[in-house]
Amino acid sequence: MSGEKPLDFTKEITSKLGGETIARCYQCGTCASTCPVTRTTERYNPRQIIRLALLGQRDEVLKGDSIWLCASCYNCQERCPQKVEIADVIYALRNIAIREGNIPAIYTEFANGLMSEGRLAPISKFLEKKRADYGLPPLKPTGVEAIKKILAATGFDKIMFKKEGTPQ
Amino acid sequence: MTSYALFLGCTIPARQPHYELAARKALTRLGIQLVDMEGATCCAPPPLQSIDLETSLAIAAYNICLAEEADLNIVTLCTGCFESLTIANRLLKEKPELREKVNKILANAGKEFRGTKEVRHYLQVLMDDIGIDRLKQSIVKPLNNLKVAAFSGCHLLRPSELLRFDDPERPRIFDTLIEALGAKSIPYKNKLRCCGGLLRGYADDVALAIARDKIVNAYNAGADCISTLCPFCFLTLDLGQMLIKATYKEEYNMPIIHYAELLSLSLGVEPKELALDFHKVKIDRVLEKIG
Repeated sequence: MSGEKPLDFTKEITSKLGGETIARCYQCGTCASTCPVTRTTERYNPRQIIRLALLGQRDEVLKGDSIWLCASCYNCQERCPQKVEIADVIYALRNIAIREGNIPAIYTEFANGLMSEGRLAPISKFLEKKRADYGLPPLKPTGVEAIKKILAATGFDKIMFKKEGTPQ
Repeated sequence: MTSYALFLGCTIPARQPHYELAARKALTRLGIQLVDMEGATCCAPPPLQSIDLETSLAIAAYNICLAEEADLNIVTLCTGCFESLTIANRLLKEKPELREKVNKILANAGKEFRGTKEVRHYLQVLMDDIGIDRLKQSIVKPLNNLKVAAFSGCHLLRPSELLRFDDPERPRIFDTLIEALGAKSIPYKNKLRCCGGLLRGYADDVALAIARDKIVNAYNAGADCISTLCPFCFLTLDLGQMLIKATYKEEYNMPIIHYAELLSLSLGVEPKELALDFHKVKIDRVLEKIG
């Protein structure tokens, strides 16, 4: 811990959208006991992630595997007696991790779909034919051009694609 | 006639036309007019929120702007879309500073979020616009006490502070709508617990273990089927049973059926008019039971 200030990381998190409530945690463990992932694998424990973050263990939190194992089910957030918005805190931590280049491959795939088609799941020729066979209307074009402008305005394109056109 | 902008999202039109088909048939039969949205995009669900929350809010808001311009409220089928769009709509209506920030982003795409429209899940349309009495009167083929394990998925209910759909610990709306079709909504262990679907692609083994729990609990409760609202829950539990068979050497043959399909069948839509071949676990047993 020498030279590091635990509160710096806390401040960084609370200044991010989603991270505002992390410092309210008093470590009761309600989150972990209601979490479907924690009961399935030792790789994930929301109480522990919050503790490490509040202790300023920045690298351990942001470079580890744990923050990617939240299933976003919001059980913990629903039941937290301190109203820590835990699932949103996890999003804030992921947002910080991604900006630093810790990007699991699946997220690059999602970003690619959004950037190229405006949707995460591409429509295959097979599906287009099936849709027509069943009498479903042809799909309207997505507003992908508008999305590109939004992504440029928030810097999302730079977050995900640091070298031009090349996923990290 | 009540009209809605139909927000389809990504997964349903691309992977689950059986859901879209059943929902369109049922809602149209019940007198709801569905207007397809021009220029809609991905709703910005958890995978994108994980990359950047601010960008995700702006994308959700962009889609709400399309409905505002068309002067229509939005109806969603996917509970993931319901969650993303509802959270954005409520946050931007209720937090002026956030709205200002997002509107600055949206200006680049020529849009402005005004906060004039509502986002509804189609279950709310059934409950509030059609009403349970009229729905019951429209049923021509009651489901013959079919034992249904209701599984709404997480994002219909949580985070309840923003979604405000039903009591998050003791929800009744989905069960009420199942029973309106002449089926039984049966209790089963950990009914409200997640299917693990959002971990697919990052931790497939963990996702599958959680999905297996769901299947086992419904199976042990004697369910004839699990009924879903979310396309990810459907995929996780339906395709998931193929993976459970390969990984755990267990076979449950638990039909997974979107509520919209049960609704269509009870409204008298013939099975051959629905895209039932998109089910990995065949649902013949359920069709036999409802006759």
